[in-house]
Amino acid sequence: MKILVCVSNVPDTTTKITFTDNNTQFNTNGVQFILNPYDEIALARAIELTDGGKGTVTVINVGDASTEATIRKALAIGATDAIRVNAKPHDAWYVAYQIAQYVKANPFDLILTGRESIDYNGSKVAGMLGELLDIPSVSIIKKLDAGDSEATVEREIEGGKEVLTIPYPFVAGAAEGVAEPKIPNMRGIMSARTKPLTVVEPTEVKTFSEIVSYETPAPRGQVKLVAADDTAKLVELLHAEARVI
Amino acid sequence: MSVLIYAENAGGKFKKSIFEAISYARAIADQNNTSLTAVSIGNVDAAELALLGKYGADKVLNVSGDKLKDFVNQAYASIITEAAKKEGSAVVVLSNTFSGRGLAPRVGVKLEAGVADGVVALPVQEGGSFKVKKTAFSGKAFAIVELISAIKVIALVPNSYKVVETGGTAQVEDFSVESKASDFKAMIKEIVRSSDKVSLPDAEIVVSGGRGLKGPENWGMIEELASLLGAATACSKPVSDAGWRPHSEHVGQTGIAVSPNLYIAVGISGAIQHLAGVSSSKVIVVINKDPEAPFFKVADYGIVGDAFEVLPKLIAAVKEYKASA
Repeated sequence: MKILVCVSNVPDTTTKITFTDNNTQFNTNGVQFILNPYDEIALARAIELTDGGKGTVTVINVGDASTEATIRKALAIGATDAIRVNAKPHDAWYVAYQIAQYVKANPFDLILTGRESIDYNGSKVAGMLGELLDIPSVSIIKKLDAGDSEATVEREIEGGKEVLTIPYPFVAGAAEGVAEPKIPNMRGIMSARTKPLTVVEPTEVKTFSEIVSYETPAPRGQVKLVAADDTAKLVELLHAEARVI
Repeated sequence: MSVLIYAENAGGKFKKSIFEAISYARAIADQNNTSLTAVSIGNVDAAELALLGKYGADKVLNVSGDKLKDFVNQAYASIITEAAKKEGSAVVVLSNTFSGRGLAPRVGVKLEAGVADGVVALPVQEGGSFKVKKTAFSGKAFAIVELISAIKVIALVPNSYKVVETGGTAQVEDFSVESKASDFKAMIKEIVRSSDKVSLPDAEIVVSGGRGLKGPENWGMIEELASLLGAATACSKPVSDAGWRPHSEHVGQTGIAVSPNLYIAVGISGAIQHLAGVSSSKVIVVINKDPEAPFFKVADYGIVGDAFEVLPKLIAAVKEYKASA
């Protein structure tokens, strides 16, 4: 089985988010970039499914040369090889389009993404890729079992779950539950340096969205403390003042 | 032009998040002096379809049939696209539900439209530009995104826009789209809905527990308070990582982002990753025995005290309030 895992390079989860240039640029000063946590889950499952010579795992990233440390991390975790499309990831459409171009020339049985990237929180790449390749897509899966010609996936729905069978090839966005992220071992880290990382140039395409500026959430006022033995007071405040119950 | 809203149903019924999305789409139609069409897919009865008019749809395109009874991502995306073409829609609105997030990108590609998901406010339209505000960095910030395509696809976050009843009526029309076999490759085997529990992503009140509760056996208190308030239950990452609660309850940067009216956090210290997932809650109550817990800095109300002492008292107080209300 040939699996493609789409990975993105995102600010570490502990990052305090700030902006520069009149709130139009994300301030990357001092920010540590990591492999998107959901992509780590997708990668871990892809490695499990191909373990013992049952296939290959290729990772693909749309990014400039600064993302190579993240790509090498994916190789250290266990991917077979890697592709970097040499361009800034303008938006989800741009990223999906570049990956689709690659996949049209190099077909895969299964394409995995993370459910969303933790920076722009879209979960659009999986669906767009599915549409561009005219194959099924499932966003936000919690479980993935691979059979010979089709896979069984569990998808989250509000207040429940849905179980589907899907023939290959298809695209799915992995969430918690699909696999436990893997930590690279020393052998993985050593071999990652020599695994193939191919850089391909992007295809020009029109984009449809532009980030104009950023805002940070409005700060909340000072917390109102209520005595531990006066819970009735809290209930009254929530009812009469906050009007939420 | 017109505005199109995809009125998603859950087991034949529309949820509050859909009425929010209709009210939101109505407001966009009003901004542009145009009409609002709703498209419903699946088996929804006439009484339920009539509700779409009550919240502002002028017209309803009703697509039914056994093949479409349950959600089929590709086929639904094709239908929404055809509905948008038929109506000449310039804006297509969906609710940012699990299904909506699967549909929006496919519809966007089909219509060559810019797609904004995680949207939390009405678009700002001036001098031909169309800008929307969406969540970014997992709730730590918002991005203002300009959509520069002729058609725009927007997915609205539940609990971010108020339901407005217009009291109107919509004309219901049957609509069908010739189906492509390749749209039905994914087959649903089973749907499990726990009807007795409030679903977390669209809950108005959430009661959430952290490591301060010491173990899964103590979740009875969280569940009792939640059920009294009609709330969904949630937890912090260490709790779901330890297997005390399912992953689907994990709220935070790598879990679910929620935006309820009231978020009650019990025994959660408030790590930056957890705060990211709850920052758009309207009111936050924190119960923690550590007065230095970072969560108090972003809370509206707080009680410094041990969960095991405070929760039973809070449950009693809520019961008393319910009895007197």
